[in-house]
Amino acid sequence: MKSRLRVADLLPVSTVGLRSRPGRTALSILGVAIGIAAMVAVLGVTRSSQSDVLTQIDRVGTNLLTVANGKTLRGAEAELPSTAGLAVSRTPGVSSSAATATLPVRVYRSDRIPPGRTGGLSVRVADPGLLDTLDATLVHGRFLDRALAAHPVAVLGHYTATVLGIRDVADRPQIYLGDRWFTVAGVLAPVELAPELDAAALIGAPVAAALFGYQGHPTRIFVRAETERTDEVAGLLGRAANPAHPEEVAVSRPSEALTARLAVTGGTTVLLLGLGAVALLVGGIGIANVLVISVLERRGEIGLRRALGATRGHVGAQFLAESLLLGAGGGAVGVLLGALITYAVAASRGWPTLVPAGAAGAGLAAAVLIGGCAGLYPALRAARLSPTEALRTA
Amino acid sequence: MTAALELVDVGKTYPGTPPVASLRGVTFTVRSGELVAVAGPSGSGKTTLLNLAAGLDRPSTGSVRITGRPVEKLRDRALSGVRAHLLGVVFQQFVLLERLSATENVAAGLLYRGVPATKRRQAALVALERVGLAHRAGFPAAHLSGGERQRVAIARALVGRPAVVLADEPTGNLDSASGDGVVALLHELNADGVTIVVITHDARIAAAMHRQVELKDGLVVRDTGGAA
Repeated sequence: MKSRLRVADLLPVSTVGLRSRPGRTALSILGVAIGIAAMVAVLGVTRSSQSDVLTQIDRVGTNLLTVANGKTLRGAEAELPSTAGLAVSRTPGVSSSAATATLPVRVYRSDRIPPGRTGGLSVRVADPGLLDTLDATLVHGRFLDRALAAHPVAVLGHYTATVLGIRDVADRPQIYLGDRWFTVAGVLAPVELAPELDAAALIGAPVAAALFGYQGHPTRIFVRAETERTDEVAGLLGRAANPAHPEEVAVSRPSEALTARLAVTGGTTVLLLGLGAVALLVGGIGIANVLVISVLERRGEIGLRRALGATRGHVGAQFLAESLLLGAGGGAVGVLLGALITYAVAASRGWPTLVPAGAAGAGLAAAVLIGGCAGLYPALRAARLSPTEALRTA
Repeated sequence: MTAALELVDVGKTYPGTPPVASLRGVTFTVRSGELVAVAGPSGSGKTTLLNLAAGLDRPSTGSVRITGRPVEKLRDRALSGVRAHLLGVVFQQFVLLERLSATENVAAGLLYRGVPATKRRQAALVALERVGLAHRAGFPAAHLSGGERQRVAIARALVGRPAVVLADEPTGNLDSASGDGVVALLHELNADGVTIVVITHDARIAAAMHRQVELKDGLVVRDTGGAA
């Protein structure tokens, strides 16, 4: 002859109170949900932005270096020596390199276009090795090789092709480049690593020298180093490119700026997570508060349940379960809300949406834990309530 | 006839300055199948006696036995078991769970016995039928009239076929017509074999029961069927 409450009955029993006061239940859930949503959103947004940066780093590759003409000590634009390209390519640890140089000539769709309406396009000299060094690809045709480099042939950046109206290279379209007609041999896919190439028309160094007096001074050299020697190579490039004035050479590593962005977000995340935790704690105290009031209001029900045969444990379990449910509900709503916020932020920034499963799981667990802690005191009070007292004062 | 409820020299003193002796040596026995009124003016110790008989409190001295089990010697768990299996209580204020239907309220009478939900429901419908409320089974308690609420409370008390049904002023919150209906119902149930103890200050209600135990100042002053 035992008092026994089936586990299957605990859930409906513990939701009686929640169902009879839906407004209060919703507000209690909201309190926890805000805390959890804040934490999940912080983690989600951080992870999404990091994933965006990581994708960029992946695309750039950590072993890509660029060598550009810097400034002289007097502040004037420096010029890389014409030997820079060759010297850089021979530096130990460099697996490939390609020089580019801006030419002071313009490119037009035809000779009928008034001069000056360039559409923001530039003309650049490019080494045949550029495609490999940047891991770039072509959408049409072929890239410059040694043979083509000596002829009036151009390869267009993706944006350039659009502006000039070149859709295909099968019928050998012509463009008007520096008072000459050039044949288009190929069109590049967008180059993430060097967006300046998207708006350029690329021609070979020999033809640039013959037609436009190109002296062989590169303006930017792209370098792929052996991955584990990247730092070492970066240190050598200045002297290699310009032995006389290495300080006039600007060597940079595109992935470095991105790595720095990762580190910065890490610091803010901790701070924001702390704020989320405070919100969660306040939500938990809210639950405890509401349940203490609930225990006082429901003395009659508690007395009745004791009279029907409930043990102290059953009454305590009922209130504890109620609190756990509030916590779990708040956690679920919070995770959902946090995911939505992450989605909205990521979508507005063009990042991939990434809600870490660990954060969602931890958020839910934290909410249930908070619910459990918040319920302990009210549950104890309910369990300790003497049944005669409860019925007398109901 | 076996003893459903026995009080042997029961005393109950509440702490305070000075301590209040609410019961001072009460002895009587309710046999199975009896319909007994415990009557007395307010302050006579009726409520204390109800709490002890309902297993909600323990006596300071003496012994309260429910089907032979001494309440004062049971720990909380065991005493809860006695309440769940052997006792049914009807309160003056009904004490229903307002959001729940009449059936769910009655079924709650079996909740702490570990009876599965479907069986609780079946038993609840039978009990509601018995108190004449089958047509109100699905109604939320909050929508029922006073008389109907008290019938639901009675059905809840007897749904588990307890050894004793204790009714505390069962007509106290009802108009006289509803009150008469409840008294008639108690007689019917008793005729079916349910042991009922009605605690009341109302001499008219007390007189309507088969046996009267009168309390005054914590003592039994009259018992019309004490022969045991």
